[in-house]
Amino acid sequence: MRGYAGKFLEVNLSTGNIKETKFSEEILRQYIGGRGLAVKILWDRLGKRWEQIDPLGPENLLLLLTGPLTGYVPGARLCVSGKSPQSNGIVGSTVGGEFSVELRCAGYDGVIFTGKAEKPVYLFINDSDVELKDASHIWGKDGKETLKILVTEGLKELRKQAPRRGLRREPQAVYIGPAGENKSRLAVVTSKWVHAAGYGGYGAVMGSKNLKAVLVKGSGPLPDVADMESVSALIDKILEINFRSTAFRRWGTGFLGYDVGSRLSSEPVRNWQEEWHDEKSYGADEFEKYWVKRYWGDFGCPTTCLKVAVIKSGAFKGAVTDNPDYENQAYLGANLGIFNAEGNIFLTSLIDDLGLCGIQTGNVLGFAGELYEKGILTKNDLDGIELNWGDVKAFSALVRMIAERRGIGDVLAEGTYRAALKIGEMKNVNVLSYAVTAKGIGIGAHGIRSEEDYPGPESYACSVQGGDHTSVARLPLDHGNSELRIMLYDSGVFCWFNFFEKEAEDLLWPFIEAVTGWKITEDEWFNTTARRILHIQRALLLLGGPDLKWTPKKDDDVPARWYEPLRKGPYKGKTVARRKIEEARKGYYEAVGWDKNGIPKPEELKRLGLDDVNKRMEELRTQT
Amino acid sequence: MSEAEHVWIARDYSKCSGCRRCEIACSMSHEGKIWPEASRIRVFMLVPGIEVPHLCVQCHDYPCVDACPTNALSVSKDTEAVLVDRDKCTACGQCIDACPGKIPFIHPTEDYAVICDLCGGNPRCVEACAEGGWNALEIVKKEDTHTFRLYAKTPEEITRQVIVKLYGEEWKEEV
Repeated sequence: MRGYAGKFLEVNLSTGNIKETKFSEEILRQYIGGRGLAVKILWDRLGKRWEQIDPLGPENLLLLLTGPLTGYVPGARLCVSGKSPQSNGIVGSTVGGEFSVELRCAGYDGVIFTGKAEKPVYLFINDSDVELKDASHIWGKDGKETLKILVTEGLKELRKQAPRRGLRREPQAVYIGPAGENKSRLAVVTSKWVHAAGYGGYGAVMGSKNLKAVLVKGSGPLPDVADMESVSALIDKILEINFRSTAFRRWGTGFLGYDVGSRLSSEPVRNWQEEWHDEKSYGADEFEKYWVKRYWGDFGCPTTCLKVAVIKSGAFKGAVTDNPDYENQAYLGANLGIFNAEGNIFLTSLIDDLGLCGIQTGNVLGFAGELYEKGILTKNDLDGIELNWGDVKAFSALVRMIAERRGIGDVLAEGTYRAALKIGEMKNVNVLSYAVTAKGIGIGAHGIRSEEDYPGPESYACSVQGGDHTSVARLPLDHGNSELRIMLYDSGVFCWFNFFEKEAEDLLWPFIEAVTGWKITEDEWFNTTARRILHIQRALLLLGGPDLKWTPKKDDDVPARWYEPLRKGPYKGKTVARRKIEEARKGYYEAVGWDKNGIPKPEELKRLGLDDVNKRMEELRTQT
Repeated sequence: MSEAEHVWIARDYSKCSGCRRCEIACSMSHEGKIWPEASRIRVFMLVPGIEVPHLCVQCHDYPCVDACPTNALSVSKDTEAVLVDRDKCTACGQCIDACPGKIPFIHPTEDYAVICDLCGGNPRCVEACAEGGWNALEIVKKEDTHTFRLYAKTPEEITRQVIVKLYGEEWKEEV
């Protein structure tokens, strides 16, 4: 088999047992790696009892998976997965960085964690030496402190091991902060201080397993490929295409905090009460003042769309983060009525340190802000915080309460949807209408009301990853933004951002062949491989449980907020027509092979050899 | 060959994007594989955002060459780079001890020292850095100066210098 290290680590945290696991070529050919393989592993191991599996219980799996293209296709990422404590389905949540490359160089395509450790631990993979280590002294530490300790300890051990072979380089790490330890459903799996596998809430899964971090050093090369000469030529072409994108390279997504609001009118503003603003104080030029590095990126990336921002003086002195990127600018800025770069950089750096997701946290903060504005949550409920729009200090105080699960923070740490149910009960008022979520996941910062941005009416309503803006449902199914295409990136596993151009997208099919030797055609991908992954994800999302279960009729929908007309700006008055959502949903179900109730059809599942999935869907079909 | 034709790789750490295209180019060229740990240029990242490409500086007095007990190291007449004779090298590590920046290292799977050979005068790492417009690495003409040797520092030392410049004085203790 080419392109794969050929083995996976399986770590039972309950017993401390560590072994190697393999998957057949047939399975890898069908599910590739990353998100696809995660879906297959979770179905096989937990599918039968899915509804009973608590995502934060010891039965859940935590998967850290690479793919055959990781490290070869420019822009390496790692896919983190398991049963999601946000959606109760599966999210293939990817994070940038060198961890995945290092893991493959150590000889592993991925790590499967089962069970729960008795005490805090971290896993240290040093080529084939794999050991669980005590993490009691790191438990409770924030992200920056955690990484510092991990790198120091890892380096010490590596250098002790081979003192005469020269300076060893630091190992790579993924880890959680206090939010993950406290099992906040908003918690991320972090790498390099500021990169996060955000969607899905897998930081909480790590925390529930008492797993603080994974550290890896691999001294070998990337796994052999089928045709290195072709791989090399394809890399050159991908570089060349992306070197041409000058504006995106220069600002990354960091110019969109102003642009998406002012031009596209699809940016969340004050909990999506508006999607338009013309706050020039929030332009790229303002953020740029704080950038100490204009180009920053991960393994092999030609675009290096990240930037390093540092605040060197004033009230927020000491904050260091990337750009912030658009999602953080929107959710930890505009959505909270904050339109200054300094405040946004500070809040972004804070959520990084605490191990929270900028999107999910910004979503629930905006929700809380609106409840405060409407008088539903009071100063008293908020331990004395006056949660006024634009108040960076007030919002940062609430962020800390969420990470520590203190007071109302304990409720908000459950994520917007679950918090809305709880606060509704507490206050005896329906607040779900203020929750901008899909399938329990706060929706990414790209709205649909103005119809100027990339998502469409079916995008969040029908996605198997709910509010995840990086994996939206889109027609036609081979659309550049369709989640069937994104699955290739998430299963590959590499970054989408070097594949905005059709010219680059088309290089991926020969790339797969050059790496693996498998001739996977575009047609095979969209009609077979991606469909299989999609249907299993859909099936498990619908099975859901144990605390929440989604019904397509009710939940394949956009949030109530989006049925309200836009209040301001050039698209004032525009709204989503219910009929349009219904039509889009119907069209999408038909295109992917789901019945009128949104359940994958028997003939479609049988066509793909998913008879066992079909059996489980029988139960749902009789219920509807 | 006249001295004017020799090149030196100048480095501006504050411009390094951390993309590691230099490591990919180097290991592809020397090993025929993507192999970060065998790359003659290695990017250290002791602190995120402070990436340090670490590679030979061709000191004027070549302490590594002097220190080699088996005469495995020599200076190329064409490029003035240090060349390693793999057959003679015993991987004893004395070149590493002698290097002020602890830059050489022993190949991850073979027993010989790995030192930048300037790709015979056309370093692939610099090419990769230039084509992306990052210019953390740049070719300059090699001058008759002792300054180049000052760049032979350990990753820790360099990180401390760069972090003060990029993040501020108070970060010095973080390395």
